[in-house]
Order: sequence, then C-alpha cells, then structure tokens
Amino acid sequence: MTLATHLLSALIWLPIAGSLVLFLIGDDGDAASARAAAMRWTALAVTIVTFILSLGLVAGFDAGTAAMQFVERSPWIETVGVDYYLGVDGLSVPLIVLTTLITPLVVVAGWDSIKLRPTQYFSAFLMLEGLMIGVFSALDGILFYVFWEFMLVPMFLIIGVWGGARRIYATIKFFLYTFLGSVLMLVAFIYLYGLVGSFDLLEFAKAPLALGAQQVIFLAFLAAFAVKVPMWPVHTWLPDAHVEAPTGGSVILAAIMLKMGGYGFVRLSLPIVPDGSAYFSTMMIVLSLIAVVYIGLVALVQKDMKKLIAYSSIGHMGFVTLGFFLLWHISGESGAVLGISGAMVQMISHGLISGAMFLCVGVLYDRMHSRQIPDYGGVANTMPVFAAFMVLFAMANAGLPGTSGFVGEFMVIIASFKASFWIAFFAATTLVLGAAYTLWMVKRVIYGEVGNERVAALEDLRRREFFVLGIFALLVLALGVWPAPLVDMMNATIEQLVQQVALGKL
Amino acid sequence: MLHYYLIIVLAPLLAAVLAGLFGRQIGRVGAHTVTILGVGIAFVLSALVLYQLYWAGASPENLSVYTWAVTDGLRMEVGFLVDRLTALMMVVVTFVSLMVHVYTIGYMHDDPGYQRFFSFISLFTFAMLMLVMSNNFLQLFFGWEAVGLVSYLLIGFWFRKESAIFANLKAFLVNRVGDFGFILGISGVVLLTNSLDYAEVFGQAGTMAQQTIEVIPGTPWNAMTVVCILLFIGAMGKSAQAPLHVWLPDSMEGPTPISALIHAATMVTAGIFMVARMSPLYEYTETALAVVMTIGAITAFFMGLLGLVQNDIKRVVAYSTLSQLGYMTVALGASAYGAAIFHLMTHAFFKALLFLAAGSVIIAMHHEQDIRKMGGIRQYMPITYWTSLIGSLALIGFPGFSGFFSKDLLIEAVRESHWQGQGAVYWVAYLSVLLGVFVTALYSFRMFFLVFHGKERMDEETRSHLHETPWVVTLPLIMLAIPSVIIGWITVQPVLFGDFFGDAIVVTGKHDVLASMGAHWHGSLALVTHAVMTPVFWLAAAGVFTAWFLYLKRPDLPETIHGKFKGLYVLLDRKYYFDDLWIKGFAGGGRRLGQALWRFGDEIVIDGFIVNGTANSIGRLAAILRQLQSGYLYTYAFAMIIGLTMLLGWLIWLQ
Repeated sequence: MTLATHLLSALIWLPIAGSLVLFLIGDDGDAASARAAAMRWTALAVTIVTFILSLGLVAGFDAGTAAMQFVERSPWIETVGVDYYLGVDGLSVPLIVLTTLITPLVVVAGWDSIKLRPTQYFSAFLMLEGLMIGVFSALDGILFYVFWEFMLVPMFLIIGVWGGARRIYATIKFFLYTFLGSVLMLVAFIYLYGLVGSFDLLEFAKAPLALGAQQVIFLAFLAAFAVKVPMWPVHTWLPDAHVEAPTGGSVILAAIMLKMGGYGFVRLSLPIVPDGSAYFSTMMIVLSLIAVVYIGLVALVQKDMKKLIAYSSIGHMGFVTLGFFLLWHISGESGAVLGISGAMVQMISHGLISGAMFLCVGVLYDRMHSRQIPDYGGVANTMPVFAAFMVLFAMANAGLPGTSGFVGEFMVIIASFKASFWIAFFAATTLVLGAAYTLWMVKRVIYGEVGNERVAALEDLRRREFFVLGIFALLVLALGVWPAPLVDMMNATIEQLVQQVALGKL
Repeated sequence: MLHYYLIIVLAPLLAAVLAGLFGRQIGRVGAHTVTILGVGIAFVLSALVLYQLYWAGASPENLSVYTWAVTDGLRMEVGFLVDRLTALMMVVVTFVSLMVHVYTIGYMHDDPGYQRFFSFISLFTFAMLMLVMSNNFLQLFFGWEAVGLVSYLLIGFWFRKESAIFANLKAFLVNRVGDFGFILGISGVVLLTNSLDYAEVFGQAGTMAQQTIEVIPGTPWNAMTVVCILLFIGAMGKSAQAPLHVWLPDSMEGPTPISALIHAATMVTAGIFMVARMSPLYEYTETALAVVMTIGAITAFFMGLLGLVQNDIKRVVAYSTLSQLGYMTVALGASAYGAAIFHLMTHAFFKALLFLAAGSVIIAMHHEQDIRKMGGIRQYMPITYWTSLIGSLALIGFPGFSGFFSKDLLIEAVRESHWQGQGAVYWVAYLSVLLGVFVTALYSFRMFFLVFHGKERMDEETRSHLHETPWVVTLPLIMLAIPSVIIGWITVQPVLFGDFFGDAIVVTGKHDVLASMGAHWHGSLALVTHAVMTPVFWLAAAGVFTAWFLYLKRPDLPETIHGKFKGLYVLLDRKYYFDDLWIKGFAGGGRRLGQALWRFGDEIVIDGFIVNGTANSIGRLAAILRQLQSGYLYTYAFAMIIGLTMLLGWLIWLQ
C-alpha cells in the first residue's frame, strides 16, 4: 500500500482524520489560548499537506485519456455489491484541486475572527473538505451518496453554530431542500442497481434504459442537483443560507458545494440518462436563462451584500447548466464540447471569484458588523488596498476579459450562438446585468465621500487578509490570461462524454 | 520582429505595474519617469515598425504569441497582426499617449493620486496596443474591454466626486450594452467560420455571405449582414454613436489628460478602427453599410448641434468629438475606410490638442470650466491661445490645416458614394456631413471667442492669478500643434490615394470611391487652392462669421434667440432626452422589474406560497400522521420498505 496507489484515499481521509483529532482534543473555550493556537496550526498544516498531495494528482494525471485514473477499488458491503470505488478523470481533478486550494485559505481567513469554539469550527471545515473530495472521486453510487449526504452535517453545524441571527430558519431550509432532493437520487440508484447488479456508476452509464425510465431517473437526479446548483425556482435557500453563514461557510458553500450540483449533471445525468437529458434539455436551457436574466435583475435591487453575491452566484451557475445542456440543440459538428468545457471552466472560475467576493464582504463585516450596503460608502478613502482587490474581483465577477470570469462565459455564449441566436441573446445579457449589479454595489460601498464615522475609522487590510486575497487575485488573473492548462486537462474527458451522450441509449 | 512587438506592448504594462504596485516606494518622480520611459520606448519602436513597413518595404506580419486555449477545434490565441493600418494606429496611440504623459506631470501636479494616475494611463496604452495589434477576435475583445476598464477607472479617478462615480458607472454600462452586441457578433463569426483568427475568417468571407441566420424564425437573413450589424453595435458603444453616445459627455468628469487621450484621440476611435479592420466582411453587406452610414450621419449632425448650447469648456469639445466620430462612421458606411482612418489620425492630433489646451485654461482658471466666466484670456496665455487657434482651425477644416484634408476629402467621398443608390440614406448622410461643417465652425469658434476674446468675465481674484501654464503643459501643446498643421499636407497623398493600406483594407470594385477620386487628384497644393470654390469652405466660413457676430459683435443676441426658440433650446439642453431614456427607462425600469421579481416572484410565490406553504401543509399533515407514530423501529422500517417497493414497482412498470 503506497501513497501513489492510494492518493485519493489519502486526500479524503487525511482531512477527516485531522477533523476527528481536532474534535477529540478540542480547546478550552478560549480562542486566544495556546491550545487553541496549536489546534489552528494543526488544521492549517493538514489542509496544506492535503493541497500538496492534490498537486500529485495533477502531476500524475494523464490528460490524453478519458479513462478513470488513480483508481482504487475494494469490496465494501459485499452482500449488496457496494464497493469502495474511487477514481478521477478530467472533470473531477480540477474540482478536487479547487477544494484543496480553497480550504486552507478559508482556515487562514477564519484564523482569529472566530471566537466561539474555534477548534470545532476548523474541525468542521476539515471534515467538509474530506467529504467533498469524496464526492468528486466516488465511482460507486452508495459511496457517492454517503459522501453527498454526510457533507450536509458539517455545513449544517457551521451555519447553525457560527451563523447569524436567523440561522435556525436558514439551516432548516438548507437542510430540507438539499436532503429531499438527495433522497430521490438514492431511489434512482437503487433502481439502477436492480438492473446492473452493482452500484458502479460507470456500469450505470452502460446500462440500456428505455426513454420512460430515463425520464423518471433524470427527474430524480434533477431534484438532487438542481437544488444544489441551485437552479431557478429552487434557489431561495441559497440567499438565506449565505446571509446567515459565517464568512468561511459562505466561501465553501459558494466556491465548492454549489459545484456538486453541476458535477452531478455531468457525472451522472448526462452519461446515465442521455436520452432523458435530451428530452428535458429545452426545459433546462430555459431554466438556465431564467437564472441569468431574472436572477440578474433580482440581484440588482439587493441591499445586503451577501445576498447580492448569493444571487449573483445563482446567475453565474446558470451559465454552467446552460453549457451542459446545449448539446442537443447544436446542429453543426462542433460546439457541444465548447459548451461543456465553458461550463466546467465557469465552475472553477466562479469558485474563485465568489469565494473572493465573500471574503471581501467578510473583511468588511469583521470591522463593521454590517452587510448592508447603505451602511458603507467611500471605503476606498480609508481602505485603499482593500478597494483595489474589491474592484478587481468585481470586474472578474462582471466577466472582464483577462480574468477567469470571462473564460467560461465567453465559451458558453459562443456555443449557445451555435444552438440559437436567442439563447445566446439572453445569455449575453449577463454582460450588462452582471456589470450593473456588481459595479453599482462597488459604487455605493467603495467609492464616494466617507459615508459615516465608522467608515472613517476603518483600518486597511491586515497581512493575513492581504495574503489570502492576494492568492485569489493571482489565481483569477492567471486563469484569465492562460486558461489552456485547465481546458487541456478536461478536453479528452469531455470529448468522450459528448460522443457517448450524443450516441444515446435508444 | 516578434521581439519588437512584445516590447511595444509590455513596456507600458510593466511601467503600469511598477507605478501601480510600488508607487509609494518609487515616489512621484519615479512613477512618471518609469511610465514615460515605457511609453517612450513603445513610441520609438512603433515608429520604427511603421518605417520598416512603409519605407523599408517590409511585409505585414501575422504572428501567434501563445495559445490561450484550444477546445472543440476552436483555437483561441494571442497574437499580433502588424500591417500598415496597425502601424499607423500604433504610432498615433503611442505618440498622443507620450504627450499626455508629459502633460500630466503638470496637470496632476498637486494630486494625491499621482502615481495611480500614471499607472492607469500606462495600463491604458498597453490595452489599446493589444486592441490594435491583435490578429484575432478574442484578443480584440480583450483589448476592447480592457480599455473600457481603464476608462472606468479614470473617469472615476476622483472617486469622492458623486458626479464622477456616476459617470464612470454609466460609461461602463452603456459600453457593456454595445459589447453585448459585439460578443454576439463574435459568436456569429465563430458559428459561420469556426475560427477567431482574422486571416481565416476573412478568407471565408465569401462563404459567410452566402449563409443565412434566422433571427426571427422563418425569416432567413443574410448571415454577413447580421454579424456585421452586431459587431457595429459594439462600435456604437465604444465610439459613442447615437443612441449609445450618452456616456461620452459625462466622461468629462475625469481629469482632462484622459479626456484627451482616451475620450478623444484613441479609445473612442477603436470602433472606427474595428470596422476598418473588418472591411473584408463589411464589403459583402451593403445593408450593414447603410446602417453604419445612417447612424454615423445622425451622430455627426445632431451631436454637433448639442455643442452649441454647452457652457462647460470640456463638454463643448466632447460634443465636437461625438460629431467628428460620426463623420468617421459615415465614411466607413461609404466604404471609404481609408478616409475614415485618415480623419481618425488627424483628429487624434488636433482633438488631443484642443483638450489639452482646454486643460491648460482650466489650470490657469483654478479649475473653473464654465466658459461664461472666461473671456479675454488671449493676452495672459499666448501659447495656449495660438495652439488652440491651430486646433480649432484644424477642426473646422480651414484650408491647409490637417483637418481640412481629412474632412474635405471625407465629405467628397461621401458625395461620390453613388453605389448607395442615391436614396434616402445617401442624402441624409451627405447633407448631415455638409451642414455639420457649419455647425462645427459655429460651436468651435463660439467657444474660442468666449474663452480667449471679448470681455474678461472672471472674478478679480482669478484674473490677478492668470498666467501661462508651465512648460510640461505647453510643450505637449506645441508638439501636438505641429502635426495638426502639417500632417495633412504630407500624408494625404499616400494614405488616401497611394495604396498606403495595401491589403489591410479591402474595398470591392464599385465601392471604391477613393480610387475614382484619385483620378482627379492633383496634389495637396491644388486641393488647398481650389478650396475656396467648394461649399465646405463657405459653410465653415459662415460658421466662424456667425460665431463672431453672435458672441463678439452682438453678445446680446444669443439671449434673444434663446427666448425666441425656447422649445428647441430645451430639446438641445435636455440632449434630446436620451439620458432620460437610458437612466429612467432602462436603469430605472430594470430596478423596478428586479424589485418586482424579488418581492413577488421569490418572496411571495416561491418562498411564501410554495416553500413555506408546503412546510405549513406538512405541519398540518404531520399533526394527523402523529397518530400513526408507535415508537417502534420495526414499524418505521416496515413502512419504509413498503414505500420503496411501491416506488420501485412503479419504475419497473414504466419500463
């Protein structure tokens, strides 16, 4: 048993083990104590080691093949054919690296701003990290489901314990929404098990299925994934959850947990029920476009910064689902791969940008204890360095070329024009709407005369905050200037996926 | 030559990064030294590139720098296409930028954001060079949006000023409306050719023109027409053509050096450059050209009229810029791309000059911009006075000055564009550019007389401090005045009639008005001496005379005229109500719609009715079901098994 053959296991279980250690040792309730500090450093060390290990995944990854790599498989519950079965391809590696990258940054961001039970807080994030990597690498339906459901627990605690005033309402709403969706996914898995005799997701993809069954399974999957993305109209849990979540929770929620929904569509819906996906593709495109236009308009009128960014997330995730479901509407020989590539790039990019935006709001919240736009004004006067970061991330959120925010949107808009002028038309409204709601917020928060005495007393970024936002800024720019490494990593997998899906099962 | 090109774009970028990130360490002198050095290097090398291409007979180059991404057979690259059209733009951009850098030392002398300002204008130079040097649509769009970003940052440079941060948001959003069309146009190009590379796309222009796109289902439109109009919507945003012009006058909230560089000489001409660059596409669609011509004509004439009622010195120049951009657009529509680019070049020099001269006046007047509070400044500021006169004469097209050659021949080209069929479009365009000459002369000299001649209307305090501005300000004025006088003389022959552009601009046979004009071309001198016989000259002269009569001879008359034509005055003063349309109509409407969707859609229907409604019904249901609760685990397990079996049975039955 070597690290090279069990890299995925290491990535999953190292943070989970770290989480248990932190949880068991705990702290003495004093965030400033040496014990709490030791626990913080342990948490940081674990996440950094996990990140370094995940680089091994990138280094050893063969982008030339669509086959699963780093595969680990051993029987788990033999009587029902459940395996401990892990593996990654071009779709999962970028998301795993995103997870291992964001988590240490979240730990640093929460370093001394968490006063209540700090060790448990970091423990929850480590647990979450391991489970999220598990979702991105599980190839067995039951394993996938277990990771998927368990993920809710630490997030539930993060919002419920360290959240804001209405956290109970938000957590219940969050939990019920996502839990109800996932149960239907489990039912679909059990049905597929009946056909295949195992919970192997790759076997599911090969199983012949009639259109009727595909339609029902698609809807079951949709219930799980649409809520996670979230798609209009099952999106209303997200603004509430974000508003109540602590900064770190918002970052993980926006940057990674929403990606579970998108990942579910490409990992499960498209390959397992291609014809069901085809059948519902028009509906999916319409819902995606509603997310872009309707949610863009709603974001415009938000007064709570976190709510605004939450709505902006829903709009940006609309591009993800749009890119996935264009396939059947493109008549020419190319465009489908472009759409899915663009959607995947959009997921990674949105992870970085929304994460950074929530951190920016966190920086302000730590100082002023308000998320309300009218409480600010003229922040650039007292926090010029912070203002520069905020404007950069706002521009990235508005999809400015040269930042990562542009790459995915550009690819998806081009692909949607290949499908239909009007799909591209509504998708492209994001250029105006995205800029409008983001920059209007910037105008009211960052620019102008110093709004009030509390703004006048603000101090600029501390070293720790500068470091975290700086890393986000570099990544956002790097991906915008040279997205080729990311795109190349996914190409083979997506091409194979498109071929398989276009062929269908009928 | 790749190394040269890389240095040309990267020198200003590096300087911008240094001045921006390390402004505090390198100080004020360090910031302006490093940025002037960067832009200076870019200018010298650009001049060298132009020399190589024109005099030394080097051939155009099309190079790829690196691959941005490849997927689905679509290559997205970063690369340079450097031909004479590009080289001309590079020289104009870097020269004006260099002048503005020097000028800024004086203009921003006391500003606490000194380093930041230098960083931004260098960054702008980088972005603009990326735009004009691009060999593909992706990089074009990058440059396009990047100049928009810097424009946003610079209009809002004084971010404490409410009017400035309103103006920069407005500028960015209105430009985004244009970019909305632009990105759809680029997508259309990819749909038709599966490429973003200029050379490949232009190579397929013939087949593109034979395809159709159904924007309205069941009505096939020529694909080339659709694509070209969409691309032109982008140009309308960037080059401020009606009705997307509303951002440009407000952009004057930014410091004057950037009004000269970005909002007069370079960025706003990006749209003109883009259409000229795309001439191999536009030549296939007379419908799109007619649209271009009409929009340009409307802008040229009606925006000029607005210049007549402005009292802010910078806004008068801004409306004049709008009008001149309209002239260039009309020339594009007439397929006289060369004439448009020629006017773009001369305009870059004299309009930058006019802005910087206005800035010089503003410095001397202690940041007073209202021309009603000026007058008689001539004697205090001789250099500013004479260079302003040169700029104004060039603008109105006085024979011999650079604007004369470009505007006179532009109007001539429009008159000759008979291929349009001499219908309504032709006459609207021709009359607009012709009457525009009178309007241009009138507003230019109205401002000139009000500022430099007549009664001294400023307060005593200001008057006692009036004196010529320092050399860093006046040197760029003189350096820009020189080309404003001579550039027309020496370049008109090669640029318009001497095949300067070669293959960079494509004009098909019957559209080629410049070629037919070339048959009657007898040199610059002949054109100047014959100027008195053209209506253009007399219209300009009439404009200057009217301005003199109204504002120097009988300064009481304008008031009377205002009184007589109150309705017209209000219409002009309200800028034809375009601002109301955008701000109240679109921005306000969008907010109201967003509010309605949020309050009604999200909160009442989805959350109130569906989510919480469901939760409440479940609560009531639970009250009933509670009766079934036994507390024994096997009861629950049994119920679950029954439930699952039923669900699975249903699924199997479906199969």
